[in-house]
Amino acid sequence: MHAEHIKHDFEPKIVAFVCTWCTYAGADLAGTSRMQYPSNVRVLKFPCTGRIDPVFILRAFQKGADGVLVSGCHPGDCHYMAGNFHARRRFAAFRALLNFVGVDLNRLQFSWVSAAEGGKWVDVVTELTERVRTMGPMPEFKELEHEEQWSTFAGTSVDKSTVLNSPELKEAYDSIG
Amino acid sequence: MSRIGVFVCHCGENISRTVDVEQVAKAAGEIPGVAYSCDYKYMCSDPGQTLLKKAVAEHKLDGVLVAACSPRMHEKTFRKAAEAAGLNPYLCEMANIREHCSWVHEDRDMATAKAKDIVKLMVERVRKGKSLAPITVPVTKRALVIGGGIAGIQAALDVADAGHQVVLVERDPSIGGHMAQLSETFPTLDCSQCIMTPKMVDVANHPNITLYTYSEIEKVDGYIGNFQVTVKHKARSVDESKCTGCGVCMTKCPKKKIPNEFDQGHGMRPAIYVPFPQAVPNTPVIDRENCTMFQSGKCGVCAKVCGPGAVDYEQKDTLTVEDVGAIVVATGFKLYTIDRKPEGSPIQGYGEFGYGTIPDIIDGMTFERLASASGPTGGKILRPSDGKEPKQVVFIQCVGSRAREKGISYCSKVCCMYTAKHTMLYHHKVHDGQAYVFFMDARTPGKGYDEFWRRAVEEEEAVYIRGMVSRMYQRGDKIVVMGSDIQVGTQVEIEADLVVLATAVQPQDGADLLAQKLGISYDKYNFYSEAHAKLKPVECATAGIYLAGACQGPKDIPDTVSQASAAAAKVMTLFAKDKLERDPVVAKVNEKYCVGCFACKKVCAYGAIEEKEIRDRQGNLVKKVAYVNPGVCGGCGTCQATCPSKSIELDGYTDEQIMAMIEAL
Ligand SMILES: Cc1cc2nc3c(=O)[nH]c(=O)nc-3n(C[C@H](O)[C@H](O)[C@H](O)COP(=O)(O)OP(=O)(O)OC[C@H]3O[C@@H](n4cnc5c(N)ncnc54)[C@H](O)[C@@H]3O)c2cc1C
Ligand code: SF4
Ligand code: SF4
Repeated sequence: MHAEHIKHDFEPKIVAFVCTWCTYAGADLAGTSRMQYPSNVRVLKFPCTGRIDPVFILRAFQKGADGVLVSGCHPGDCHYMAGNFHARRRFAAFRALLNFVGVDLNRLQFSWVSAAEGGKWVDVVTELTERVRTMGPMPEFKELEHEEQWSTFAGTSVDKSTVLNSPELKEAYDSIG
Repeated sequence: MSRIGVFVCHCGENISRTVDVEQVAKAAGEIPGVAYSCDYKYMCSDPGQTLLKKAVAEHKLDGVLVAACSPRMHEKTFRKAAEAAGLNPYLCEMANIREHCSWVHEDRDMATAKAKDIVKLMVERVRKGKSLAPITVPVTKRALVIGGGIAGIQAALDVADAGHQVVLVERDPSIGGHMAQLSETFPTLDCSQCIMTPKMVDVANHPNITLYTYSEIEKVDGYIGNFQVTVKHKARSVDESKCTGCGVCMTKCPKKKIPNEFDQGHGMRPAIYVPFPQAVPNTPVIDRENCTMFQSGKCGVCAKVCGPGAVDYEQKDTLTVEDVGAIVVATGFKLYTIDRKPEGSPIQGYGEFGYGTIPDIIDGMTFERLASASGPTGGKILRPSDGKEPKQVVFIQCVGSRAREKGISYCSKVCCMYTAKHTMLYHHKVHDGQAYVFFMDARTPGKGYDEFWRRAVEEEEAVYIRGMVSRMYQRGDKIVVMGSDIQVGTQVEIEADLVVLATAVQPQDGADLLAQKLGISYDKYNFYSEAHAKLKPVECATAGIYLAGACQGPKDIPDTVSQASAAAAKVMTLFAKDKLERDPVVAKVNEKYCVGCFACKKVCAYGAIEEKEIRDRQGNLVKKVAYVNPGVCGGCGTCQATCPSKSIELDGYTDEQIMAMIEAL
């Protein structure tokens, strides 16, 4: 029942958290230049990537996003001088945390897209969408829940597969928001 | 918010061609809390805006979403319309279904589905929106200008002539900057001092200008409209109020052999001195490092001969605090000098040019002093080593500039022109002499500039050689210059009596430190960064601080003066109102939850976060909390994402708003 090797034919939900000054404007430019890209992305505008709390990313994954993009100004171009540096640092730490809890980091991308880079916006969004499409729907939270259950059986000889398929677990999973 | 109105725009065909706008409007109408929804051909048109205003009144809407183009295009338009209808403008938002949807997706079903989603997200944002009131800050109508070169002088005079008080701070003993050092100036060859010194005198005499020379900026607090600047007045050892500028002290000073900085170290000056005869103010200063009195306690000649008793060895550095509303930074440039590689200079040095060991290799500014009537040679071109008139002079352009491999990739902008000028000045003074110029390109954009350059080449007999110099060395009393002529494809060797290097224009020493005090940004070379390379070339990203002259990048005098006047105009615009209105998207602290860790303070690039004491009725300190100064806050929200106790929030982008949008995904 593992997801990795199945060919997925689904429309991934991609959420992009972007800053107003560079990436949002870059996406605008892609629009005015009539460049085409997959329609899977939903853009949330922030003043600065510095405003983006990692909790938003977690919540987005929880709410069914299959991929999350965080994008802002190139280093040195931040409208607020250093917001993107703080963001970069914060996300480096956050990625490590995600990795630790078992979320596939290929689902979360950080990028610099300037107001002049309409083409880059298209590339970044297209790439992420296609990558996530091959990865399949976001299963990690489900698995996370399993892991938690496993730990209660750690050291015992309980067969994990039966635990995973237990009705209690299914119920527990279904009750997650 | 329970009565939201959604207006879906066709944008002619731009949106409706790929997005089924009727369906989007219908779906929007079904979102709980949406009291009204419609679609319309051109929302931004007059009838479109009227439609919005009427709907607000008729349906008692308390929030508005316009699904149309990018908010970067029309957010202001619709916020104004909403305001006219009696709504708070910040309760009006835009959903971008053109740039982010119809224009980039051809598939009508997909695009329509996406447009519906975007509208759904944004309705949540409107629902959780708050009314925001514009922030007003009082403006102190007094300006500070840092640097007294032509840039600072021009800016100070313009602002002062407009009737505002100006404080001009110059770190040298006199104002004037580099322009005062120049001999004649391109492209007209008029005498620099003749046009400069009257302006310097104007500054000193202007009733609205307070001039502090030999002073530096110690500390800058506050924000646009309300800066408090601490200025350090270095001890001159001469009381400015008593000194008459007679100059007796200078003639009697026994220490006379100190290289004069103004003459690029070529003339000599005493330990008590004015940098040059036309200095403003004409008050001497004692160079304590070279003064016998200060070094060994014996001498005191100047104090004895000073009639008005102005010499004061006990004088101390003093500080004053100046309240100003705007700051113009005009600290200018320095030249990379081949015999004095400044510490931390990005340029790697020119060992192949006999790095600083050959006395007759000089820089452009030294040549200016040699050519200047007020210079160390009285305007005669004589070479430093033996005072002989050089008959063959080699000029080398782009020394350090445009040399990526040496560490600087930018063009110093003035060298092509001043080298052409130098060849002319030389030719006018040494009729039988020959000038050679090694150059790679001639860059002479500017009114009358190319004509000027051609004159140097075509009429004034300078020999221009396109190519690089590979090596220079001393042979007897000559300097052998070995280079290539890439047009002819040969090696050339010239026996020169004097070599003049057009060395790179670099920012002043300490430019980075000053930027840190001011909270403005600078590039990797330490030139100050403008807020926008094209549209805001005189503003800094930090509100209320403006740039003028070569501190921002290499510039000639006309460009410097233009920018200085532009900066002055910006200051005057700021001073035109008593109160400043600014965007209310700023952070606020919830003092109840703030634990006073000041993590926010560390990340705020604007220095907007202050420490505030909370006291009980008896006046005992309860705790310290963060306070965001709304006048300073740039509105990035970095503090909010950093705050571990979630006690700081950016208006307009609250957690509640963003979470609601994510919920609606
Ligand atoms: C060799 C040479 C020849 C040139 N010839 C010409 C010409 O013929 N025509 C032409 O148009 N341009 C010419 N230029 C360019 C011209 O010199 C500059 O455009 C002009 O001087 C720039 O003025 P500024 O006020 O920006 O800077 P500056 O002249 O450098 O003045 C800056 C002032 O700020 C002061 N300062 C620096 N740091 C601080 C601080 N931290 N606090 C307080 N004060 C500070 C300095 O002491 C100085 O007085 C020439 C340049 C060179 C190098
Ligand atoms: S607002 Fe938050 S980050 Fe700032 S001092 Fe208070 S608790 Fe710390
Ligand atoms: S929003 Fe940005 S500028 Fe304003 S206080 Fe927070 S960190 Fe500083």
